[in-house]
Amino acid sequence: MGFWNTMLAVDRRWIFLLVFLSLLIPMFLGVTFKLSISPEVQTLYDTLEQLPNGSTVLMTFDYDPPSAPELQPMADAAVKYAFKRDFKLIIMGLWPQGPLQAEISVREAMKDPEIQARNLEYGVDYVNLGFQAGNEFVIQRMGTDFREAFPRDIRGTDYSEVPLLKNTKNFSNVDFVFNFSAGYPGTVEWVQIAVDRFGVKLGAGNTAVQAPLAYPYLGAGQLVGLLGGMRGGAEFERLTGFKAKATTFMLSQTFAHAIVIVFVILGNIAYFVTRKKEQ
Amino acid sequence: MRREIPLIITFVVGVAFVIQYFIPHSPFDRFEQLFSDWFFIIAACAIWLGALNLMKLSLIKIQKRRKDWQYAVVIVVSWLTMAIAGFAGGRDFQTPGTAFDWLYQYIYTPLSATMFAILAFFVASASYRAFRARNLQASLLLVAGFLVMMGRVLFDDILFGRLFENFQPLADVSNFIMNYPNMAGQRAIMIGIALGIVSTALRIILGIERSYLGGGD
Amino acid sequence: MHFDLGVWIGAFLTLGIISFLYKDNPWYKICEAIFVGISAGYWIASLFWQNLVSKLYDNLAPAIVALFHGQIQYNLLYLVAGILGIMMLLRLIPQIGWISRWPLALVVGATAGLQFINYLVSNGVKQIYNTIVPVFGPVSDAGGIPPVATTGEGIGNVIILIGTFTGLVYFFFSKEHKGLFGGAAKVGTWFLMITFGASFGYTVMSRMSLLIGRIDFLVNDWIRGTFG
Repeated sequence: MGFWNTMLAVDRRWIFLLVFLSLLIPMFLGVTFKLSISPEVQTLYDTLEQLPNGSTVLMTFDYDPPSAPELQPMADAAVKYAFKRDFKLIIMGLWPQGPLQAEISVREAMKDPEIQARNLEYGVDYVNLGFQAGNEFVIQRMGTDFREAFPRDIRGTDYSEVPLLKNTKNFSNVDFVFNFSAGYPGTVEWVQIAVDRFGVKLGAGNTAVQAPLAYPYLGAGQLVGLLGGMRGGAEFERLTGFKAKATTFMLSQTFAHAIVIVFVILGNIAYFVTRKKEQ
Repeated sequence: MRREIPLIITFVVGVAFVIQYFIPHSPFDRFEQLFSDWFFIIAACAIWLGALNLMKLSLIKIQKRRKDWQYAVVIVVSWLTMAIAGFAGGRDFQTPGTAFDWLYQYIYTPLSATMFAILAFFVASASYRAFRARNLQASLLLVAGFLVMMGRVLFDDILFGRLFENFQPLADVSNFIMNYPNMAGQRAIMIGIALGIVSTALRIILGIERSYLGGGD
Repeated sequence: MHFDLGVWIGAFLTLGIISFLYKDNPWYKICEAIFVGISAGYWIASLFWQNLVSKLYDNLAPAIVALFHGQIQYNLLYLVAGILGIMMLLRLIPQIGWISRWPLALVVGATAGLQFINYLVSNGVKQIYNTIVPVFGPVSDAGGIPPVATTGEGIGNVIILIGTFTGLVYFFFSKEHKGLFGGAAKVGTWFLMITFGASFGYTVMSRMSLLIGRIDFLVNDWIRGTFG
């Protein structure tokens, strides 16, 4: 059997091993690079910079642990940035695991000495409303009254007893919405209802699978900015100054892309060579 | 009446949501809020239905000793462990330090994350075996994919970073592809899907489309 | 050496799922069964407290108490929601499962009504509006369309206009794709192929990111965390 025929018939477990090594080895190299900033990330950051200190920001965590490697770094950077700017943070989720991922971001932010020194208080500076089943109907309901969608926060405290929420009835009391989304319900539903019906300003962080689908909304001005995948997270980390996992793992990501490109090229060469021989 | 009443409910509720968009005042906004509140409860029960059905099927499998019934025991035990930890935790069952939170962090998260992570291996393997530039369209797809993949990582910095400052041709090409031809194609797909959804929604509200009721009487 | 039981259990389960790549085996099957059971239990508990108790019980219970005191409150309407919820659960019993069609009809009707408007406005009208943009400028930004500042932007707007239009022409299957119409459809396929190629590139990026996260857990949290 010729070389290229052997290449076509290779056991896929060798491919799995090469992929694993291509991701593992860069983790030990400890090299980082300077990243260019995409226009959609820059506009999102600029919009946040224009918000006055003390603005009310709603952060929606619409993802679960499988999407955490992509979305958690940008969420962590966003929460740290929000705390640094004294934003009043309202957290919620349309996915049940989302608010728990938000708790991870808050815990991570509280490790920062500068943020610790601010002595942030739950219920006064930030609150986690938790999860509510209902998908886009939750957003629709929030348009009228947040309390009807979230009668209690994640700790079981009644909405009316949370100081931060006393003057927050609906979207008109929120200055910016930052959505982290891995699918349905997510950015699409927030654009359709919160932006187009209730006129909120929305920025989104999406998994790389979903990001290409959001570009029409970006082009139509329905999204002020978009963070796409781990690269978007790394760029946002650079802009906010909170460099963390997304930046560290870009080298592994590079090696992974390189190996997939090599595989595709090799596969095509093998295919065309063997096909030519058969002809 | 087993099919007629659901059709009437679909019509009334569907029309209520359409009307309230144009007339967001009383009483139409009250109808929308009422149906939305009911929707939350029904949606929760629908998910409960799925979880309880899983329990039911697992118990039947154990009782009848079907193939791999032992794994059904594992399913039942895991189901009960997580549910009991959640119920026992009270209203703040998700607070860090609770049993529910521990199970979420160290059992649920590793399992769910890894289930999706192994897709990376299959993407690479499938790309090697099946991605062929047989014609112009496939070649366009391939080239666009390559350019985007190269532009979204550190190729620019590795290849040109030490020689030229701020020279990022691959990133620029990738950004161009995403913001222009990709956006155009995605927009065409989006508009097409929107028209499809609008016509399907209208058919459902008017009772022409009845497949959601299932078969039988 | 620092031993964290949770991390070791997480690593054991992670490696169990990864073992499937070599061959299907009992270790993987046990991990898969745990995942299925834990996921269902998670949803059950989560929805119970955050939805059924906080939305249904907390609204309905005071209303029922008030009813016994002769007062009729608006929140009594939650009784209908509760009954519809129970009807949904009755699907578990095949003989009376048909009764779940009522709450299902409400869900389907509400979704159809909401999406009818949302998709028409956000995904239809607004997208068409933002496709018909100036080719060259500068022009005023009346109507919310920003002026065209550079030639590059103008060319970009032409690309978006042509790409969107020809893409839509391709999806029009009621007319045969030949002649000028077929030519436009062919151009549309080129734009769609570039779109799918971009999606493929992003999908690879996404899947690799997920795997990087898991390898990070194994290397840094488990091995380095224990022996480092």
